[in-house]
Amino acid sequence: MSGERSPLFLERRSYRLRRVMDAARLMPFLGALLWAVPVLWPGQGEDGVSSSRAILYIFLVWAVLVALTFALTFWLDDSVETDGKEGR
Amino acid sequence: MGALNVLIAVCLTYVAMLFVVAFMAERAALRGRTTWLRSPLVYTLSLSIYCTAWTFYGAVGNAARSGMEFVTIYIGPTLVMLGWWWGLRKLVRVGRTQRITSIADLISSRYGKSPLLAVFVTMIAVIGTTPYIALQLQSVTLSFASFARIDPQAVQLADSDATALWVAAGLALFTVLFGTRNLDANERHHGVVMAIALEAVVKLFALVAVGVFVVWGLGGGVSETLARIDASDIGTWQVDNGRWTALILLSAAAFLTLPRMFQVLVVENEDENHLRTASWAFPTYLMIMSLFVVPIAVVGLDVMPEGANPDQFVLTVPLSQGQQSLAMLSFLGGFSSATSMVIVAAIALSTMVSNHIVMPIWLKIAKGGAVISGDVRSVVLVSRRFSIAGVLALGYAYYRFSGGGAALTSIGLISFAGVAQFLPALMGGIFWRGSNHTGALAGMLVGFLIWAYSLLLPSFGPGVFLPAGLLEHGPFGIGWLKPQALFGIEGIDPVVHTVLWSMSLNTGAFVLFSILSFPQPMERLQGAQFVNVFQHSGNPQGWSGGLAQAEDLMVMAQRILGPDEAQALFQRAAVEQGLGGYLPDPTPDFLQKLERELSGSVGAATAHAMVSQIMGRATVSVEDLLAVADETAQMMEYSSQLEAKSAELTRTARQLRAANEKLTQISLQKDAFLSQISHELRTPMTSIRAFSEILRDGDDLDQGLLAKYSDIIHQEAIRLTRLLDDLLDLSVLENGQVSLNIREGSLQDLINQALASTGAENSGLRIRRIGISDDIVMETDLDRLAQVFINLIANAQKYCDAQDPELTIRVIERDNYLIVDFVDNGSGIPAQAQDMVFEKFSRVSDHKAAGGAGLGLAICREIMLRLGGAIAYLPGQGGAAFRVSLPAKLKLAAQ
Amino acid sequence: MGKHVLVIEDEPNIIEAISFILSRDGWAVDTHSNGHDAVDVVRAKAPDLVILDVMLPGKSGYDILSELREDARTHDLPVLMLTARGQTKDRELAERIGASRFMTKPFSNAEVLEALRELVPQ
Repeated sequence: MSGERSPLFLERRSYRLRRVMDAARLMPFLGALLWAVPVLWPGQGEDGVSSSRAILYIFLVWAVLVALTFALTFWLDDSVETDGKEGR
Repeated sequence: MGALNVLIAVCLTYVAMLFVVAFMAERAALRGRTTWLRSPLVYTLSLSIYCTAWTFYGAVGNAARSGMEFVTIYIGPTLVMLGWWWGLRKLVRVGRTQRITSIADLISSRYGKSPLLAVFVTMIAVIGTTPYIALQLQSVTLSFASFARIDPQAVQLADSDATALWVAAGLALFTVLFGTRNLDANERHHGVVMAIALEAVVKLFALVAVGVFVVWGLGGGVSETLARIDASDIGTWQVDNGRWTALILLSAAAFLTLPRMFQVLVVENEDENHLRTASWAFPTYLMIMSLFVVPIAVVGLDVMPEGANPDQFVLTVPLSQGQQSLAMLSFLGGFSSATSMVIVAAIALSTMVSNHIVMPIWLKIAKGGAVISGDVRSVVLVSRRFSIAGVLALGYAYYRFSGGGAALTSIGLISFAGVAQFLPALMGGIFWRGSNHTGALAGMLVGFLIWAYSLLLPSFGPGVFLPAGLLEHGPFGIGWLKPQALFGIEGIDPVVHTVLWSMSLNTGAFVLFSILSFPQPMERLQGAQFVNVFQHSGNPQGWSGGLAQAEDLMVMAQRILGPDEAQALFQRAAVEQGLGGYLPDPTPDFLQKLERELSGSVGAATAHAMVSQIMGRATVSVEDLLAVADETAQMMEYSSQLEAKSAELTRTARQLRAANEKLTQISLQKDAFLSQISHELRTPMTSIRAFSEILRDGDDLDQGLLAKYSDIIHQEAIRLTRLLDDLLDLSVLENGQVSLNIREGSLQDLINQALASTGAENSGLRIRRIGISDDIVMETDLDRLAQVFINLIANAQKYCDAQDPELTIRVIERDNYLIVDFVDNGSGIPAQAQDMVFEKFSRVSDHKAAGGAGLGLAICREIMLRLGGAIAYLPGQGGAAFRVSLPAKLKLAAQ
Repeated sequence: MGKHVLVIEDEPNIIEAISFILSRDGWAVDTHSNGHDAVDVVRAKAPDLVILDVMLPGKSGYDILSELREDARTHDLPVLMLTARGQTKDRELAERIGASRFMTKPFSNAEVLEALRELVPQ
């Protein structure tokens, strides 16, 4: 029984790993998207976004991105060295 | 004591500390303790040379003028680091497998190891970086001046040029000391990296300290400070959308293409896995670096008098509040930012200048190029040192001539836009196999020209390089060629304008020319290796061997890598090929490897040129062409790997078979040896016993027979004794129990003595002497050496079967060896017997003719071994030929 | 005149010794000192007995013996083999090929004479 289960487990693991890599590849795009939001903000004037809110937004995005990347690299850590082909 | 003097003292102490740190790191690296030197943390910190004095001081100034725009400069690199899995990882892998030394090297290497591209990239890099170095010098002198202004004792800092000069000279010294310690750029600069990592910590700490002081000391807490920000001139979001996007893209591009960044990111990278840590740690670093920028700017605008330079707020705000030590710390932060940038930039540029400009010229000038004698390493090192000094001198000169004024402040982005022109060629090179040399050159040329025309030259102001009229109305009044409004599109910010046009036309030209032109074979090869670096890290073709002289390659490699390393490399390769000695066959594999090793020292293009010089050509074989031309190259490469593996197996099997054969032979020999000894002893014994019995039994023998038979007994007894002597001699020699009687003597005398004692000259054997002069004096065991000579002469006497026998004795001095050849004109020794002639009791011809026991050459071999020399059979000399060689340390030429 | 013996041996001193011993004992002695044409010499001279050394230039004693044994004329010719290689396997080999006697060097003269007399009754 266990003989049958183990390849299933491995499959699942490598599947998961692949999705983590996809996520790692998406990170810069997510960052670019989130940091592109300020472009939509209205310029100077009464209804302009205040600098303090802009600062909070930009640094919040920063912190979230860093945290996500940290989590992803943590995930990728153990298994990638053995799988050199996955880089493409 | 004035503040300025304290500052100078602190500054010098700090520099001294950097020297110590760098020195200790080098020492630790020498002792092999590199683990802590090369942690992912140190790698991450070393990336912080991205934050120069321009960002350290300038970010606050920028924020004071235009709000949050400064943050784009940090967001770009953050995005690149977040995307490490895409691009950086590949870049680093390519850099490591191809032993890349600089960005110029990478681009040239990718596009067919083109020297032209290397020179072009190097020149753009120098042009783009020099003002940047000037900017660093300026920021250091400005910060000195800020201190001087509040120091009542300091007479106005007399000469800010002198300060800049001192800083430049000090940096040059440091960089030369720690940046050119070893030649191979891939042997990383531990000392420098450690020092810049330390500086990274200092500048971060300094900025955070000032930030904390400003927010909690002056601003009254977080929420108050935020309120103050909203109330200030930069209270609302006012960043231009175009600049926001363009600057993020620009800084992301520059992060990859700045020579200094490429140096720390790729060249100094010790372990690909460090990227994993840096991918989140470096964005964190950047985030913290930018966290307090706006608060410092806003508070600075509040507390500083009208008209104060916001670029100096980091320094002047604490100073104005009487926080001298905080200001001092802040000064050190800015100083660190400036120095670490300059050091790494100088290393990176000097490597490029030296590898791609100085070395090729030197190789051309030094006639005979790669194969003439001398040590290229010292040339390379000297050229690097001069390049470093040259780069810093250029920076200083630029600082002087630009007047060190406001013109410099905009140079940061201009520099970014310049080096960003490498990006299409760089990224295309590692992601698109179809990109080629023509495309890369066209793209970069177009990008560079637009950059220079629309941004760099106008930045000096109207009338300096470009006449005011041209700026206003375009060249010859052609409106759509106005530098800052190309193609009639007016009103864009100059930087955005340049980034837009230069990058899009650069990329367009790159793609268009790549598609239209056809790549050289070498490019396609390199292209496949770069783009598919993860499929096959290392190996395919490049050289088809055969023509190269392994010895010439060795000579060249020794001069670039140093004798020890080169010999180790060649020996390793020889062993891998299953050969002994130092000279492997120049297989494509080996040449590829050698070229890559060399390129770690002198760059790919130069290394390729040097190897081709020896190979006599620079082409790729037909098989190589097929492998690349076909889109199924990958499959073929896979199958070639399999083939290589099976070839390796075959080779191993062959080696095993050979070893086995040798063993069998030795075991047979052992049996044969016993049986031989038995035979050799019993034969004389038989005569002795038979005749002694005859003598004992026969009283009827006449006198004549009696005498004859006694004589036979006597002869045979002597023969037996001689045999026993030989056996004993051999056993003593083989067991190493022999004691040598080292004396000094003339080689000529020794040879004459040997000839005399064999009576060779009276026996019909003609002796020819070549190169035997009486001034060759040796210090060795003369008796033993004479024994060898006698043996060889006697062999020639016995075995030379020519009509008119002749023995040539030839003396050669070569490579610290004294060589004596004994060549006769007989039929020589058949090839299959040559292996065995030095074995005991091996007789090539029928032994009866010789009368020896077959121990002579075995004894000779043992003697030469003891004397530190060798004796070998020399095939292909037209007769039997033996070569006796002695190390020359045993030989002193008589003066 | 006594029986005719052919000595095939390459060491001159040993030939000398054997010739002397045999002549003294009344044998008619012929000698030959190489292996190449030893078989032809045996056929030509048709001796009553052959003393054959093993290590001969040109052709080994074993090869000569096997050729002699294959030939009907010399199939039963008494052959005394002499060798300086005194290992058991040499003796076995010699006997298998068909040596009438096998002696190792150095030999005692008396033993050789005794062996010859046994092989060729006078």
